[in-house]
Amino acid sequence: MNIPPYPAGHSARKRRSQTIAFIVFRVLSLLIVLVLFAILGFIIYKGAGVISWDFLTKAPEDGMTSGGIFPAIVGTLLLMLGSAIVAFPVGIMSGIYMNEYASRGWVVKFIRLMTNNLSGVPSIVFGLFGMALFVKYLGFGDSILAGSLTLGLLSLPLVIRTTEEALKDIPDGIREGSLALGATKLQTIWKVVLPMGMPRIITGLILSLGRVSGETAPILFTCAAYFFPQLPSSVFDQCMALPYHLYVISTSGTDIEAQQPIAYGTALVLIVIVLIINLAAGFLRKHFEKRLR
Amino acid sequence: MKRILEKAVKWLLTASGFVTSVVILLIIGFLFTEGAGLFREPVVEEGYVLVLNKENPVSAMTAAEIKAVFDEDVVNWKDLGGPDMAIETFRLEDVDEYFSAEELGPQYENAGGAIAGLVESRPGMVAFVPGSMIPEDAGVKLAEDRNISPGEVFGGREWFPTATPAPLFGILPLLAGTVWVSLFAIIFALPFGISIAVYMSEVASEKVRGFLKPVIELLNGIPSVVYGFFGLIVIVPMLQQVFGLPVGESGLAGSIVLAIMALPTIVTVAEDAMRNCPRTLREASLALGATKWQTIYKVVIPSSMSGIASGVVLGIGRAVGETMAVLMVTGNAAVIPSSILEPLRTIPATIAAELGEAPAGGAHYQSLFLLGVILFFITFLINMCVEYISARNRAKNS
Repeated sequence: MNIPPYPAGHSARKRRSQTIAFIVFRVLSLLIVLVLFAILGFIIYKGAGVISWDFLTKAPEDGMTSGGIFPAIVGTLLLMLGSAIVAFPVGIMSGIYMNEYASRGWVVKFIRLMTNNLSGVPSIVFGLFGMALFVKYLGFGDSILAGSLTLGLLSLPLVIRTTEEALKDIPDGIREGSLALGATKLQTIWKVVLPMGMPRIITGLILSLGRVSGETAPILFTCAAYFFPQLPSSVFDQCMALPYHLYVISTSGTDIEAQQPIAYGTALVLIVIVLIINLAAGFLRKHFEKRLR
Repeated sequence: MKRILEKAVKWLLTASGFVTSVVILLIIGFLFTEGAGLFREPVVEEGYVLVLNKENPVSAMTAAEIKAVFDEDVVNWKDLGGPDMAIETFRLEDVDEYFSAEELGPQYENAGGAIAGLVESRPGMVAFVPGSMIPEDAGVKLAEDRNISPGEVFGGREWFPTATPAPLFGILPLLAGTVWVSLFAIIFALPFGISIAVYMSEVASEKVRGFLKPVIELLNGIPSVVYGFFGLIVIVPMLQQVFGLPVGESGLAGSIVLAIMALPTIVTVAEDAMRNCPRTLREASLALGATKWQTIYKVVIPSSMSGIASGVVLGIGRAVGETMAVLMVTGNAAVIPSSILEPLRTIPATIAAELGEAPAGGAHYQSLFLLGVILFFITFLINMCVEYISARNRAKNS
């Protein structure tokens, strides 16, 4: 829309109020950009000096006052992988069902309502639930398995929603074309609909991994270990995780002076993971958009 | 063969369609069973009894009264509806002060009888001992055993889940803390959120918008524990200096951090709503000679009000449920706050801080699940509000 800023004939007063309002908007928006840069800059500035090859590849030592964060990095990656195994297949199938199979009406409305509600459930409630169901009732104990299941359920609504939205944008004419050529419904979905929706689905999946990587509350009571220097050997082991490690070290440390650099370093690694994931998702989105055009 | 495969896949997809519903049901089921168990727990710690002198007309006390007695805040029976008589408290740890080792026996096998005798001889005494110790024929009476009542929990003003003999599970301080922090967070976030949304959708050029959008997404992506860490290291000391507080960990610190965290939700949803405002409305307003700013606040904002409201309500939901950041910066004092500058404690922070220490199956453990139930229903209601607002909006637009 190309509208001249001030249509002819407006009084100076009206013009002034518009100028003031727009300046306020600009300033507030600029402030938020500054807040983001302050947070990122602060953590990068303080954490960059801590990062070294040893910090990334060694286990914590001396009561977590020195050494590295390797087990926490591995733990977080394992939990991301585990939650992906739990959430991706079910979430994608659920999204396909919602868009391709469910007859319009109360079923879809009900499922969508429940999915929206699930996405609003606070992460600490997932933690409580995971502890009650997976840790206690099913007897998995504090384990990567219990943590992955809890985190998987947490990211499920996001996966379902992105799948559904990706498929919704595919024109019906394409489905009808496939069906008209004699393909069955399943063949149409598998060979035509899914490949076309894949780019956007994958972008959504990557973003859901980003969310999982930073969650602390759901793994507090289902998986996270205060100190577990060796790498986990089975899904029934506990593991360390970056967000929990940062929480523990910055709040209940035994030696604040010595542990603060480790906290900065851990925060930086977490931020870098989130940045990489966001950049990757943004890059994929751009790339696929270009290709589709 | 092909047809069977089609059928099987269809059933599989249908089944996964209902997974979220099943999870919601399971959450409600598990949280409820554990949480409701609290009301089957006795007021006095399980396995223990309060032993009273037979002459004492007081035979039942609430958890709050028991705590006051054993903290020596109440020192006379007349405050509890009894005679004018000083209260003497006796805990098992005090046993060596009253009796010699010979009197108690080498394995403390005579302790029960000795304590019963002591209470019998002192009319103002109340003893807190394991129920199995007191012989059945002793000349004392046991305080009536009641279960924890919903009134004590939902109307209670004190949260002391580890107090002995009687823990207090009044949730009002936690509820108040949650409401205060979320309220202030939204008050802080609202002007920013709406301004940025208007700026992005109406004022900014495509280029500026293309820069702001990822900024907002990144703010949304930063893990809450990193916000908490930043708050702890930067915001808390800053507040301490600016307001001259004894401790910087306060409700205000929590609100500021939460405001930043709720902002992306508000901006995204509100901006979406404003961009969906029909172009014809805008053009009509401009054609009538309104300035761009008049068009924004007289046409665009009113017509996208329901979307903005959804964003704000979702932001509140995010603030209410946020755990880690709040846990790290609010100071975690379970008292009803009188000012936002004081430390306070929210429901999610309480669960996160205490569940690790609460023995599984005990009253404390169950009370934390009850808090989970309350939290679940608060956010459930919030989501229903959002659904209602957007459903009404859809109906209006079609």
